[in-house]
Amino acid sequence: MTRLQRFLALMASLLAAIALALPVGTVGGVDASLRDVPVLILFAVFALVSLLRFCRSVDPWGDGLVMVIGAVGLLSALRTLEMAGAGYWCFVASDWLFAWLFVERLSALRPLHPAVRNAQSLIVPLIFGVWILILWELVTRGSNVPTVLLPPPSMIGERFMASLPILWVDFQQTFLKAVLIGYALGSGSALVVAIAIDRSPFLQRGLLPVGNLVSALPMIGVAPIMVMWFGFDWPSKAAVVVIMTFFPMLVNAIAGLGQSSVMERDLMRTYAAGYWQTLWKLRLPAAAPFIFNALKINSTLALIGAIVAEFFGTPIVGMGFRISTEVGRMNVDMVWAEIAVAALAGSAFFGIVALIERAVTFWHPSVRQ
Amino acid sequence: MERARHNLFPILVVVAVIVAIWYAAVVYLNAPWQLDIYQRANNTDWTVRQLVVDTMAQDRPVLPAPHQVAVEIWQTTVEKNVTSKRSLVYHTWVTLSATLLGFAIGTVLGVVLAVSIVHSRAMDKSVMPWVIASQTIPILAIAPMIIVVLNAAGLSGLLPKALISTYLSFFPVVVGMVKGLRSSERIQLDLMRTYSASTAQVFWKLRWPSAVPYLFASMKIAVAISLVGAIVGELPTGAVAGLGARLLAGSYYGQTIQIWSALFAAALLAACLVSVVGLANRLVLKRMGTRP
Amino acid sequence: MSADAVIEARGLGLTFETNDGPVHALSEVNLTVGKGDFVSFIGPSGCGKTTLLRVIADLERPTAGSITVNGVTPEEARLARAYGYVFQSAALYPWRTIARNVALPLEIMGFSKAEQAERVARTMELVNLTGVEKRFPWQLSGGMQQRASIARALAFDADLLLMDEPFGALDEIVRDHLNGQLLELWARTNKTIAFVTHSIPEAVYLSTRIVVMSPRPGRVTDVIESSLPRERPLDIRETPEFLDIAHRVREGLRAGHSYED
Repeated sequence: MTRLQRFLALMASLLAAIALALPVGTVGGVDASLRDVPVLILFAVFALVSLLRFCRSVDPWGDGLVMVIGAVGLLSALRTLEMAGAGYWCFVASDWLFAWLFVERLSALRPLHPAVRNAQSLIVPLIFGVWILILWELVTRGSNVPTVLLPPPSMIGERFMASLPILWVDFQQTFLKAVLIGYALGSGSALVVAIAIDRSPFLQRGLLPVGNLVSALPMIGVAPIMVMWFGFDWPSKAAVVVIMTFFPMLVNAIAGLGQSSVMERDLMRTYAAGYWQTLWKLRLPAAAPFIFNALKINSTLALIGAIVAEFFGTPIVGMGFRISTEVGRMNVDMVWAEIAVAALAGSAFFGIVALIERAVTFWHPSVRQ
Repeated sequence: MERARHNLFPILVVVAVIVAIWYAAVVYLNAPWQLDIYQRANNTDWTVRQLVVDTMAQDRPVLPAPHQVAVEIWQTTVEKNVTSKRSLVYHTWVTLSATLLGFAIGTVLGVVLAVSIVHSRAMDKSVMPWVIASQTIPILAIAPMIIVVLNAAGLSGLLPKALISTYLSFFPVVVGMVKGLRSSERIQLDLMRTYSASTAQVFWKLRWPSAVPYLFASMKIAVAISLVGAIVGELPTGAVAGLGARLLAGSYYGQTIQIWSALFAAALLAACLVSVVGLANRLVLKRMGTRP
Repeated sequence: MSADAVIEARGLGLTFETNDGPVHALSEVNLTVGKGDFVSFIGPSGCGKTTLLRVIADLERPTAGSITVNGVTPEEARLARAYGYVFQSAALYPWRTIARNVALPLEIMGFSKAEQAERVARTMELVNLTGVEKRFPWQLSGGMQQRASIARALAFDADLLLMDEPFGALDEIVRDHLNGQLLELWARTNKTIAFVTHSIPEAVYLSTRIVVMSPRPGRVTDVIESSLPRERPLDIRETPEFLDIAHRVREGLRAGHSYED
């Protein structure tokens, strides 16, 4: 055990012991008894038993088990308790330390088998993510945070499931129309322009600095203009997306087309290969990592562009529209449900592009390691 | 410097072409409205020359001409008192202060997070994937909600906007710094090991200096994206000041010239911020003895 | 001009204009390479041996004198795909398998699919690479990569092979092995080979003729005909004739004052 692990283990058990002595919360205005929250007692017992680690070795998954019991106990206690007390928060802190200890010990393992290693790099962040959600739930409900400020995840989840039809319509309007069409047009046209000006060093020298400057600009600001030009429906949002995705792709594609080495180009010259042959067989494949870099950047930019553009006017549908109107009505849980959709869509979009990248640029050192 | 001069002429040509296309588009886009006006005024003997001049002098054109925007910027900066609500300088300052505050918090947060990620395997394994995932979430979409919610909680003004900038700017710093702090070569780390240097010594004498170029590269991206965050943070209802508010007000009242001037102010601000970071980069690297 | 000259240079010169003034990479080079010759160019760095090879390949244009390849200008020879070129490093495309790398020139030159497959199989066998067709370049050792790049240069059956320090980056053991294979290949295919190297034993072991060059300006200082038989086992390098030729090459290099500065 490292010093940090010993410290975490000691503190976690200590906090659980202290928690037993403090008021756990109130039920019906009077202090609740620990007997009302049996799983928390179980958690405390396990936490104290885990001190045995100082005599003999305990498997990391033992800490995982204690953590899960604690989480179940804390969540179920919320049903009984009306107001959480100091003891309850001590349990929360203790369980949080167990989670930390668990993650710390789990990531200290260096499994040899690649499959196990993959599982490790999946489980560890997953535990962290789930813990954030649990902590969010415990804090918002345990201390009765007003739901307009921050609704608990369970409430958002319920709202999500209850409003699937609305969410689906909004998703169609914003993602399937504005984002995907704008993304394809913006990235595609930038790639074509990059290939076109690639033959002229003069244009490259002129356009590259301008393109670099423009991609650092807050292009999102053109949204109101596009809404004015193309109307309230999705074409104006797609236009914003086109403009936002154009310059990152242009700059990356120009840089990428210059990636092939002098020797590789000389080789094509010795074959008396034509311009298009060199482009297809050498320069585009060599540019692929750069092009995919832009595609990944653009996948997030596109979603941001489409949603923000909807703040400037929409028909009564769309993710951005929903967010801005529901905020006005203080229906914060609906806003969060919409954000969850955006987060899922954004991550999935990025993930798919990243997967295609892995398949296409399998040869690149950054991928093949 | 040599390269800048080498590129100057092509850049000027490209910019000139863009301006020319812009003017052509002004005539093309504004002409239908102008012809409509002529028709309603029963003015049939208009000339092409007059049409071109008139399309560039409309009050609320579909696309304002570059010189109209320039005049508007001049009027709202130089000819207005800087404390006036109609002064572009005032609105730019409002946005700039939120940007800088968010950028500063974001950079510090990013560096701290990167340092702990580099030194703790558990942090690396558990937090790093979420840092990356956090950016696939269109956080700007939450911007209006954060503002409104924080307002409801009694927090208003600078800080909520700055928080959005923080969220956006911490990411490039974390990613860049993690890369930078790990950029020291194996052989250099081994050298430190032969001296049995402590973790802190390795950090200050090796990791940190080799990460500084990465820090500045990330900060350039961070400051630009910080500005975007501040502008979007100004969009939600009730925003009264800042470039974002100007954009929104302009779009409500169809004041295209105002939109474009706010847009150019934002662009100018972005360019200034990025070049200030670039300048700092050069100065620091020069003092550190590295070739910029 | 001899009738079977593959490369013929007369008064060849090449001057690069740089910021620090003109650099005479080649000056007054006269050279004849006959059909079936194995000619090595040897000299210290900066002597223009690589530049000369690049001029032959039409990768550089000479600024003085004349040169013909197969009786025509280098450009016409390049457009007629008259030679295969092997670079200092393998320069295989990482996104193509070994077989598809070897097929690259064939695709560009418009060979049919069937003929591509047949030629790839044949040349891969020629360089003893059968069995790794489906692998990617980065999965192979440096020596195998370089063999694949030789196969690529052989695939379209040009009679002339230009090799620019092809084994320079490999270790001595691998290099000896590949030298032996190259000689075998040369004997079997009867190609003309122009070979740039900075290793004296390599030049002597491989060549029928050794062109000694010296820098500033890059020029030919000596041409040594080899008296060794065409059949050369590895241990020929311990014979007196071999050592004698190596000695003459070393003398030639010294005469060019190439080591003083």
